[in-house]
Amino acid sequence: MDLVGQLQRQFVDYTTSLTREGFLDDQFKQLQKLQDESNPEFVVEVVSLFFEDSEKLLNDLASAFQQKIVDYKKVDAHVHQFKGSSSSIGAQRVKNVCVAFKTYCEARNFEGCSICLQSLEQEYHLVKSKLETLFKLEQQIMAAGGSVPEL
Amino acid sequence: MMSSSSSGSGKKFSVLVVDDDPVIQRIHRVFLDRFGFETQVVGNGKEAVDLFCSGASFHLVLMDWDMPIMDGPKATRELRRMGVRSMIVGMTSRDRDSEKQEFVRAGSDDCCSKPLTSNTVTSLLQQLHTKYH
Repeated sequence: MDLVGQLQRQFVDYTTSLTREGFLDDQFKQLQKLQDESNPEFVVEVVSLFFEDSEKLLNDLASAFQQKIVDYKKVDAHVHQFKGSSSSIGAQRVKNVCVAFKTYCEARNFEGCSICLQSLEQEYHLVKSKLETLFKLEQQIMAAGGSVPEL
Repeated sequence: MMSSSSSGSGKKFSVLVVDDDPVIQRIHRVFLDRFGFETQVVGNGKEAVDLFCSGASFHLVLMDWDMPIMDGPKATRELRRMGVRSMIVGMTSRDRDSEKQEFVRAGSDDCCSKPLTSNTVTSLLQQLHTKYH
């Protein structure tokens, strides 16, 4: 198998593993289908927006929990937004943590919320790293003269 | 296969996306453009109301629930009070029936879950063809 073939195979295997391990769901495939000649960088653009949005939300959440009195309504609003944006790019594990987080917010359960915040940071950094690896693979395929396989 | 948003006369349907999330704004714009809509995006309910006040009109408004300055239900009520007859569709979270109920009470024509899917847009197009022809 030539270099392009190997890289393409790696890309397919990696994407499949991300879906199998629950990092990405079908929504990510929907985004990939929207990418074409008129929007060649669409997925990278949208995911970059998600990264920016998420980092701000994680800072806001950390700040909210450092207050003497936690404003659970504010926390819930941040988590709700995080749930929406993670769902819209297919970041399934991040979204699932947000669902649990909202339940703890509604119960005003400080310990549960703290654990969820740690979990959210972990899952976000994991999916960010996985997506960055995926985009690097795409760049390598194109640099080698190949095209990114459609899944 | 994606249906076209063009009417029989070749005129495109216009859509206003009202959402404060930049990720959703980008996704929905590209998605709707792909279906042939003329798409405009604003970041909250007040901007949507101001746009209609300035004389703009749209066949379809996709209205998010939770936005700063003016939320979805409030903006929907205001648009209906102004006499806006556009098709207004509330965009809700999957697990929030209460959001759907409030949107309907506010005067929306329908609700659907975020993010948009091909099936949802196809269904909206069918409703638009029925409404405007």
